[in-house]
Amino acid sequence: MDSAKWVGMQILRMAVLLAAVTVTVFALLSLSPVDPLTTNVGQTALGSMSAEQVKKLQEYWGVGVPPTVRFLGWAKDLLRGDLGISLLYRRPVIEVIGERFFNSVWLMAAAWILSGLIGFFLGVLAGRKRGGTADKLVTGYCLITASTPAFWIAMVLLMVFAVWLKWLPIGLAVPIGMSSADVSLSDRIAHMILPALALSMTGISNIALHTREKLAAVMESDYVLFARARGETERSVLIRHGLRNIALPALTLQFASVSEIFGGSVLVEQVFSYPGLGQAAVTAGLGSDVPLLMGITVITAAVVFGGNTAANILYGLIDPRMRKGRKKR
Amino acid sequence: MNGHLLEVKGLSISFIQYDRGLHQVSLPVIRDLGVTVDRGEMVAVIGSSGSGKSLLAHAVMGILPYNASAEGEILYKGEPLTEERQKALRGKEIVLVPQSVSYLDPLMKVGEQVKNGRKGPSWREKCRRILGSYGLGPETEALYPFQLSGGMTRRVLISAAVMEEPELVIADEPTPGLHLDAAKRVLGHFREMTEKGAGVLLITHDLELALQTADRVVVLYAGTAVEETDSRAFDREDTLYHPYTRALYRAMPEHGFRSEPGSQPYVKELPAGCPYRPRCTMALPECSCEVPLRKTDRGFVRCIHREAEV
Ligand SMILES: Nc1ncnc2c1ncn2[C@@H]1O[C@H](COP(=O)(O)OP(=O)(O)OP(=O)(O)O)[C@@H](O)[C@H]1O
Ligand SMILES: [Mg+2]
Repeated sequence: MDSAKWVGMQILRMAVLLAAVTVTVFALLSLSPVDPLTTNVGQTALGSMSAEQVKKLQEYWGVGVPPTVRFLGWAKDLLRGDLGISLLYRRPVIEVIGERFFNSVWLMAAAWILSGLIGFFLGVLAGRKRGGTADKLVTGYCLITASTPAFWIAMVLLMVFAVWLKWLPIGLAVPIGMSSADVSLSDRIAHMILPALALSMTGISNIALHTREKLAAVMESDYVLFARARGETERSVLIRHGLRNIALPALTLQFASVSEIFGGSVLVEQVFSYPGLGQAAVTAGLGSDVPLLMGITVITAAVVFGGNTAANILYGLIDPRMRKGRKKR
Repeated sequence: MNGHLLEVKGLSISFIQYDRGLHQVSLPVIRDLGVTVDRGEMVAVIGSSGSGKSLLAHAVMGILPYNASAEGEILYKGEPLTEERQKALRGKEIVLVPQSVSYLDPLMKVGEQVKNGRKGPSWREKCRRILGSYGLGPETEALYPFQLSGGMTRRVLISAAVMEEPELVIADEPTPGLHLDAAKRVLGHFREMTEKGAGVLLITHDLELALQTADRVVVLYAGTAVEETDSRAFDREDTLYHPYTRALYRAMPEHGFRSEPGSQPYVKELPAGCPYRPRCTMALPECSCEVPLRKTDRGFVRCIHREAEV
């Protein structure tokens, strides 16, 4: 009974979010000064075309149709489960997204897990003793990386490891000129390492700083004081009380960080020419490929929303204060 | 074995605080405090809120906050209670009953906290027995602290302390939240421990309850001990020597419930000399100078009028 209501609420929230996001993106796109014809067909090509051809092209790119009419048309299709045809790729949006998503999802999952593990580890190291040497080093590192844009880190990594050291490939998801059947898993991984590292970098500092703050507060709490007064060693205090009390917030943070990874992937994929969802979003935005961009928007919003909802659900399932509290009521 | 079980001599605790920018100030919250506890004895430390009772307990346990600095001597069984000794003894020979719910891990079940990481059927059995002796059934073990009432929490904290066979118990306000019967049972339990030779330092602001069970009483006022005497001295007003102790006596329900005007000064506004001077009806100009401890027939007092009276 209660949970059915809760699910209903979540669906409603999701619908409102999607509506808001799609309207915003559509509004921004229609305000964009980019002329789809000049960008995609080219000034010279346009000049050599007959008026009839130009008119056909204008129809194809939707020039002249009022934005509201276009939006309503798109929304009606969406409700029927149809994301439309990509104008640039001339293929169903769902296909393009599916292919790109497959590339991106590994990259993002790797970055997500990496930033979660490393961030948590660094946070524990720092938060164990506020003001200690480890704390100073970790917070210093985090503040520097947190204030560095992901794309800049991406370029530095690219220069060092791909250009100078030549340890790793410069870009793309697979070796150039290889048929997809020949691409091995190690090829794919080699192409993914640098983008995943760049992508996880800012996430690490965020998670580390939050974990540190939380653990430091726990280590200064009365119950840790009492644990010490009962003869527990620092090690036992950290494991029995420290980790127990930061596990939940860390997990929540990890799921909430999905959105950051998604956001970061747009820039990082661009730098590494990695053919993922983020790069497709940039291409679609610059090329006025409205159906594709809107499709990516919907999918992204859904995944981010899913991450946040998962965080909420996990918290409720795991935290005894919420779990038992709900039962009592 | 000779000497006291616990002897605190000239303990001073101050907090380093930053006042307006980088200006450092030191707040002397405890000054020149002395307390002793013998084997088989229960000593009550009485004082109003903020007089430094918990800090005294934490100093003995070695768990003062990092911004606190302590001076003075703490002897246990006649030898200095160094940091290493504190670490080795606490939780075993010396146990603390902490003041509030916040001392329980919010995400750990009661049973696990009482057992404190020890496993095996004998510990499980002991845990069950001790909780049972305070009227808490086996189902309590599976509860989390947030599911306990105030009185249950108090009993869990006490159970955790007596899982060991301690030689020194420091109980920081163990009775609030308990109804009178339960409070008496808890103190009765401490009494039994003293009969077996342990020493108990009972920190409380409930004077009546303290007088019913403790052998001696130390009265704390604004971070210093103004008087130490035996519990029977409280039978009559004229066997009490410090004006503040007498004020406490007169504030007891059976002695008229009369409370003195004014309140305990905050450390930052502490007057020089006797901290009770601003409220004292017998205050003299000399009271603003350093007032030394004086021996009495029952203990000691820190008041210049003492000499004139004896
Ligand atoms: N960490 C701290 N930093 C600064 N001042 C502190 C700190 N802890 C305690 N104090 C101060 O020390 C004084 C004594 O505190 P303490 O906790 O010992 O009081 P108490 O006698 O136990 O009071 P209560 O009966 O309310 O528990 C108070 O004035 C308090 O403001
Ligand atoms: Mg206290």
